[in-house]
Amino acid sequence: MIQIRCRDLSVGYDGKTVASGLNFEICSGDYFCIAGQNGSGKTTLMKTLLRLLPPVKGNILTEKSLNDGGIGYLPQQTPVQKDFPASVREIVLSGCQGMRGLRPFYSRIEKALAEVNMEKMGVHGLSERCYRELSGGQQQRVLLARALCAAKKILLLDEPVSGLDPGATEEMYGLLAELNKKDDITIVMISHDRRAVLDYADRVLHIGSVCFFGTKEKYLQSGPGREFLYSQGGKAYE
Amino acid sequence: MNEIIEKLLFYMEYPFVRHALAVGVMIALCSSLLGVTLVLKRFSFIGDGLSHVAFGTTAIAAAANMTSSLTVVLPVTVVSAVLLLRTGRRAGINGDAALAMVSVGALAGGYLLMNLLSAGPNLSGDVCSTLFGSVSILTLTERDMYLCMALSVAAIAMFLLFYNKIFAVTFDENFARALGEKTDFYNFMIAVMTAVIIVLAMNLAGSLLVSALVVFPAISAMRVFGSFRAVTVCSAVISVFGVLCGILVSILAGTPVGSTIAVLYIGIFFVFCGLGKLKGRRE
Ligand SMILES: Nc1ncnc2c1ncn2[C@@H]1O[C@H](COP(=O)(O)OP(=O)(O)OP(=O)(O)O)[C@@H](O)[C@H]1O
Ligand SMILES: [Mg+2]
Repeated sequence: MIQIRCRDLSVGYDGKTVASGLNFEICSGDYFCIAGQNGSGKTTLMKTLLRLLPPVKGNILTEKSLNDGGIGYLPQQTPVQKDFPASVREIVLSGCQGMRGLRPFYSRIEKALAEVNMEKMGVHGLSERCYRELSGGQQQRVLLARALCAAKKILLLDEPVSGLDPGATEEMYGLLAELNKKDDITIVMISHDRRAVLDYADRVLHIGSVCFFGTKEKYLQSGPGREFLYSQGGKAYE
Repeated sequence: MNEIIEKLLFYMEYPFVRHALAVGVMIALCSSLLGVTLVLKRFSFIGDGLSHVAFGTTAIAAAANMTSSLTVVLPVTVVSAVLLLRTGRRAGINGDAALAMVSVGALAGGYLLMNLLSAGPNLSGDVCSTLFGSVSILTLTERDMYLCMALSVAAIAMFLLFYNKIFAVTFDENFARALGEKTDFYNFMIAVMTAVIIVLAMNLAGSLLVSALVVFPAISAMRVFGSFRAVTVCSAVISVFGVLCGILVSILAGTPVGSTIAVLYIGIFFVFCGLGKLKGRRE
């Protein structure tokens, strides 16, 4: 089932196009990777998909049920002020907002969900700590736990492993694969890491001077795909 | 000491003193609750600008000889708040300058009008009390007092009901929006509540000192505490304590209410700075 479909989409800021001519579909259960060089417009595309930015041209069709929440999102940068007082638990819990409608307080189920996700991301021991006093990698895990709380149907991740140590990166990929396979949550991930693309992706969207959209196998044999592998210091796909 | 207590008890006999204390506590509560959000959203300046708008409108209402200025001042301030918060989000030199223009314009216009049209014999006294809130909390009409109470209760109830939403929108607006929250609505709500609270707090501290009520409890609490809830609770406590002490001191010593409270807050702020340093060193 198609969850998001884009036709001749152009994305950008204030009417200025950053990337154009994007045609692709994201189906439920996909592991969808978005690749491209720095500044090619990956983050801009993701923000447009999340309706944080209006599309410059073209349109995005989303499946109806996505409108009532269930979307998890990990931003590339969270412009959190340096002195913001917020404990890890408060932040992770705020991921449970989406589907609650106007109920003012968190239910026991939501609190338990936050605990589980903090456990998963290994920040349970930090739950009373102040977010601003954590290291960059720890902050990234906290934001991931928050995104996991929100993700019931689809999880959009903007460079999730940047700032994580190798062990945590491994765990992260394992966790995402599990969410994808077991819970049937669609994963949409921006990544510069060849591992994500080679080992996990079903489909790849490459943004750049030449755009590409298709299965991983086709991607690795296409021009942009070879370039991607080359830039990652690997050999071309045999 | 006994003398002071006796004097206090003597003053407590007067209903207007009791009313002033009750209204003061309510205003303190709601201004400190929302103050945390405003400080964190970098909106402290907007609160200041709004208080000047409220001053200008009060001046006009006074010049037009209206008995209860609250009914005019409140809507005008609410509208300005909504407009200002909208420009404030597109922060840049223009938003900043627009705010300064509005706030100075309202202040100057209000004073000019008061000068031109004032019917009262004591112009500088009137201006002074509107700016620094020297007596207004003690001379609220019964109607204004009930209005104040009702509005503060409404503001506090709104804050508690939407506490989690307000946190989400303050901490990371983009994320909340991605989750499908109506962030525009919550920002609008925050703007309206800010305006209401500024107008209410003007009765207590006057328009120049209103920001003290909004800003000081929040930044004091932020020195020491690291979670949103702790900061909110602590700033509410600081605020109520400061306002109660401020009103009592000003009654006993005959000092102006607004500036007494502001000075107390400054003292509290330095104490909390010290506590924060101590806490940092112990960890
Ligand atoms: N807020 C903004 N306003 C205007 N232009 C922007 C804004 N943010 C980014 N851009 C521009 O849009 C282009 C694409 O940026 P984007 O963040 O989408 O790149 P990206 O593909 O995510 O790169 P990276 O791999 O470094 O994350 C860049 O040229 C950038 O200068
Ligand atoms: Mg990016």
